[in-house]
Amino acid sequence: MANYSTNEFKGGLKIMLDGEPCNILENEYVKPGKGQAFNRVKIRKLISGKVLEKTFRSGESVEGADVMDTELAYLYTDGEFYHFMNNDTFEQIAADEKAVGENKKWLVENDVCTITLWNGSPITVTPPNFVELEITETDPGLKGDTAGTGGKPATLSTGAVVRVPLFVQTGEVIRVDTRSGEYVSRAQK
Amino acid sequence: MKSWQPTTTHEARVARAELLRNIREFFYARNVLEVDTPLLSNGTVTDEHLDAFDTEFNFAQSGEPTRLYLQTSPEYAMKRLLCAHSGSIYQICKAFRHEGEGRWHNPEFTMLEWYRLGFDHFALMDEVDALLQETLATSPADKMTYQQAFQTYLNIDPLSADDNVLLKAMEQQNIDIHAPQSLSDDSKLQLLFSYAIEPKIGIDKPCFIYNFPASQAALAKLSATDERVAERFEVYFRGAELANGFNELSAASEQRQRFETDNEKRRAANLPVKPIDENFLSALDAGLPSCAGVALGIDRLLMLKTNAKHIQEVINFTVSRA
Repeated sequence: MANYSTNEFKGGLKIMLDGEPCNILENEYVKPGKGQAFNRVKIRKLISGKVLEKTFRSGESVEGADVMDTELAYLYTDGEFYHFMNNDTFEQIAADEKAVGENKKWLVENDVCTITLWNGSPITVTPPNFVELEITETDPGLKGDTAGTGGKPATLSTGAVVRVPLFVQTGEVIRVDTRSGEYVSRAQK
Repeated sequence: MKSWQPTTTHEARVARAELLRNIREFFYARNVLEVDTPLLSNGTVTDEHLDAFDTEFNFAQSGEPTRLYLQTSPEYAMKRLLCAHSGSIYQICKAFRHEGEGRWHNPEFTMLEWYRLGFDHFALMDEVDALLQETLATSPADKMTYQQAFQTYLNIDPLSADDNVLLKAMEQQNIDIHAPQSLSDDSKLQLLFSYAIEPKIGIDKPCFIYNFPASQAALAKLSATDERVAERFEVYFRGAELANGFNELSAASEQRQRFETDNEKRRAANLPVKPIDENFLSALDAGLPSCAGVALGIDRLLMLKTNAKHIQEVINFTVSRA
């Protein structure tokens, strides 16, 4: 993988830091009038998800990270791995539990997810912003309550638990925002 | 090519023209003469962390190809005028620095530089403050020494702190850099200043920081009462380092010594040694009248005036579109 000089730093550039691929979020050039130049960089570590600030001497080079995003459809899990497929080439890739992490509760068959590959292996799986899932269990709400005040917990088919309005019942399919984990609406049939 | 268009708005261009007119009126009212000096020079700056663009001149009278340097500021040429009895002078010109671009930086920029005979750095700070009040409608500025700033915001004394104290302060401020112990003490101080002090000063009104450590004196006189500091100041306002001024060093021998020390530092850091500006040193030999001078970044001033987030909003074509 190529090396990058600090002059090439910009948001979105992928570099290696402490043996971990990272994404540059922000880059600021710091140059006191009479002093040495630095680059003050905000970085997200792609495996741990940690965001940190790092300072480089301007002109320094760092190793680039071979990181790319692919759009793949979720197929199934065999308990150990999560299997995805490229809908154009039918090529399949398996992501482990660590790469999927908390997002496993938003994986819906045939939904297209963003899989981040580092040296060809999946390191993170990002579900679509909105998914539709069936409610497998929720307390029957009071009839006639449409205001949605308070709400109640509902367990979805993947095991995810979200707060839903009282009028939504077991067996219904709802739309959820995976970024916030919040109920959006009943699914359109 | 899709980057032919300017990155400025028409309003920003009008604001620049207005600002330049205001500055010229400011100096006209104070009887300071506008001058013009060349951008190309035979000699250049020796500072370890300042690099000039250079070019080859194939038509020199010597018959030999000659290296010429674009000025990083008009300081040497303007001081030659002062030595030739020009009286107080100012100049609005382009300056060039061979370095990166950023939110506050473009390698080619517009500079306002002026010199006042008989002023010390305190009198000049007051005049810079007056210019800021007139062009940006600011309130009267705060003033603080470099030492006070470090004591207030970091609880350390920059004039006596050793390596360990500085490294510990950097750690406390979460300044995460590879091999920090290999940075010079001045670089450590400058990082601490940029990260921990600059964001806290000059918020509602400009802030002058003065009496910089002697090791960062550049072309300023050392203080007669405390040799650890130089009579140099900087102005900070809303995140911008706006201006840098000196009570000007006039001793030619001391100036030569500083240039040579710079070049030794360059040699030690494996950087090319720079040709000293002999015309400038000869002028100092002839005698620089007692004066104070300051350089102010006009693009940054304009950014503050127009609330610009990036310097490209006030420069028509930054280096990537030049």
